[in-house]
Amino acid sequence: MQRIGVFVCWCGSNIAATVDVEAVADALSKEPGVVFATNYQYMCSKSGQDMIREKIKELGLTGVVICSCSPRMHEATFRKTCESAGLNPYMVEIANIREQVSWVHKDKAVGTEKAIILGRAAIAKVQLNTPLIAGQTPVTKRALVIGGGIAGIQTALDIADAGFPVDIVEKNPTIGGKMAQLDKTFPTLDCAACILTPKMVDAGQNENIRILSYSEIEDVKGYIGNFDVKIRRKARYVDEEKCTGCGTCMEKCPMKKVPNEFNMGLDNRTAIYIPFAQAVPKVATIDANYCLKLNTGKCGICSKVCLADAVDYEQKDEILEEKYGAIVVATGFNPISLEKFDEFAYSQSPDVVSSLEFERLMNAAGPTGGTLLRPSDKTHPHTIVFVQCVGSRCDASAEKGKEYCSKICCMYTAKHAMLTREKYPDTEVYVFYIDVRTPGKGFDEFYRRAVEQYNVHYIKGMVGKVVPEGGKLKVQASDLLDNRQIHIDADMVVLAAAIEPDKSARPLATKLTASMDTNDFFTEAHPKLRPVESPTAGIFLSGTCQGPKDIPETVAQAGAAASKVISLLVKDNLVGNPCVAKPDELMCNGCSSCEKVCPYGAITYEDKPFRGPNRTTLIRRVAVVNPAVCQGCGACTVACPSGAMDLLGFSNRQIMAEVDAICK
Amino acid sequence: MQVDKNWTPTIVAFCCNWCSYAGADLSGNNRLSYPANVKIIRIPCSCRLNPMFILRAFQRGADGVILCGCHPGDCHYTTGNYYARRRMTLLFSMLDYLGIEKERTRVEWVSAAEGAKFAATMNEFVEAVTALGENKRLEDFRCKQ
Repeated sequence: MQRIGVFVCWCGSNIAATVDVEAVADALSKEPGVVFATNYQYMCSKSGQDMIREKIKELGLTGVVICSCSPRMHEATFRKTCESAGLNPYMVEIANIREQVSWVHKDKAVGTEKAIILGRAAIAKVQLNTPLIAGQTPVTKRALVIGGGIAGIQTALDIADAGFPVDIVEKNPTIGGKMAQLDKTFPTLDCAACILTPKMVDAGQNENIRILSYSEIEDVKGYIGNFDVKIRRKARYVDEEKCTGCGTCMEKCPMKKVPNEFNMGLDNRTAIYIPFAQAVPKVATIDANYCLKLNTGKCGICSKVCLADAVDYEQKDEILEEKYGAIVVATGFNPISLEKFDEFAYSQSPDVVSSLEFERLMNAAGPTGGTLLRPSDKTHPHTIVFVQCVGSRCDASAEKGKEYCSKICCMYTAKHAMLTREKYPDTEVYVFYIDVRTPGKGFDEFYRRAVEQYNVHYIKGMVGKVVPEGGKLKVQASDLLDNRQIHIDADMVVLAAAIEPDKSARPLATKLTASMDTNDFFTEAHPKLRPVESPTAGIFLSGTCQGPKDIPETVAQAGAAASKVISLLVKDNLVGNPCVAKPDELMCNGCSSCEKVCPYGAITYEDKPFRGPNRTTLIRRVAVVNPAVCQGCGACTVACPSGAMDLLGFSNRQIMAEVDAICK
Repeated sequence: MQVDKNWTPTIVAFCCNWCSYAGADLSGNNRLSYPANVKIIRIPCSCRLNPMFILRAFQRGADGVILCGCHPGDCHYTTGNYYARRRMTLLFSMLDYLGIEKERTRVEWVSAAEGAKFAATMNEFVEAVTALGENKRLEDFRCKQ
């Protein structure tokens, strides 16, 4: 039998005004196991807590019931109080007689009666409480960053700065991501490469950062502090250690007709390639889909011309097995495919381009060397129409496009329009918009400059149809403000395609057991208060994998994710929640029901020896719960057909005791 | 059936720790009253609710049992409320078969922001159970003192 002390709080007049606290303490003192019951003005005050400590020591209490405000308010406080008096903190139960009684029931007699019943239920529960000790698990002091765009690079740099080793896993041959493809950045118009490439070099040279480019995540096991990750290092047929990035192989490669994905397919590259001049790591990669040697067995020129002897046609995919304490997801975005938007003639005319393609056409390192030329006939366009919200803010019932606002399109369209007008003042630029959204530092000023200083024609309305005709693009649109139809003969149409999470994100989320929303953006643990953490402990989010963002926001979030990772990695041990599931091995029959419902993969099975009849040993398969992974939801306890699984702190017997006390 | 005018039902409300218990707290914070017959038991997640607990409550003389959890999609443990929803669907149809009126059991999604919904739900539920009168079907009279 426990020795229980009951402490009834007045909460000033919050409780005492509508509950007869003395009567409650008096009634509860008669309950079995209660050796002491009292009431006091403020139990959470220092003197109230001192009294609890004193009574625990004086009377040798083994359980404490506090009738006060919600456990969400002060459970932690009173647990600490009891712990400091030498009582296990999980021997404390709270009867919520403020939020559930005094504040909702005005009648004192009714309130007092309910308070007594809630007190009884808490006493009945505490009778069955057992001391629980939170488990400790060691932390592997290394981080993994998945994705090597600006988000991943910044996160890795910040973590590495704090002295922890970081691996960046990037599926492409180089880090840099989408930002490396951009020309200028809004609203300052500084060149993307000028601010990104130094960071890429920093990441490549930082001794705490290891870049695993051309690699993908194969499998993730484990839990916060102790992840076991398998990384597939795809065969690039070039020895990374030996390759100097001189580029001779690219000059000599006879296969020159491979669409260049870095330039959005606007020009071609060779089968052995370095994506762009500032690539990190600057190592050649052979595209196995196009290489003549790998496909036909004839050629081998790159191997012959390579002075470093780096080409290796025999290379195979390699699986690395690594341990990490924390994982940051920075998988980024892609513009949506525009094939479904046939009204804009994207697949009919090469002069209808997406914004990212336009970005490459404007870029000095792009396919045209920075001169704006129409992809079809390489002439200079004199009339350009920009269409905003292509695939963004679509109706949920529509079969194409996204419901959300892609956030960055208004600003980059203003940038494109402005840059075009600056470089080619003879060009007429029209922008069709639903709304112009410019919430950001210096954004609205930037947009107004495009309109007022650069005379970009902003027209509120959507483009209905684009028809390629006689080398021109006939644009039919409506002007909603003037309520009239507009026909423009354009030379080029630029579509501000919505952005969507990278296709690799969903399979990755499954491997990480991290949750996603319906648009495949990773969900955060709390939309306001925990914006860079996934609900799955130990997984952090950085950049556009969590939602549309511009570069400053991405960098800010990357830093925030890094600081969360650092505050995890500085800990030597993690203290867990002791209220976890616990199987009774004698009752478990290893049926796997519990494993199937566990959202965290905390349950595994082991063959264990048990004593059988006549001194024999029986080997039986029984469930084992990893307390570091279990979050204590209790789904398994109900799924278990033999009733072997129970939840510490909320055991079947404890809840039944509460039910009994309430229904008496 | 004659109902004693002074009789009030005993209602057990199981509330998940993350949404509904917080919703109940919020209705307290906002002083939104509901009948005192509702007694709340805190469970970590709606999926912790073993159907046995509901049967036990009816056996011990509860007149109505309500389970409150996070809205579908909002479960703190990602999928717990989906399990709860399926289990309760099965249990309630069995209770119906046993002759326990459907109105005596209910599942309601109450978020931490829905203090008003919590109070309104409880008012409605108590009214519905009061109209049904005492639960005698599953009550075990040996449990009575």
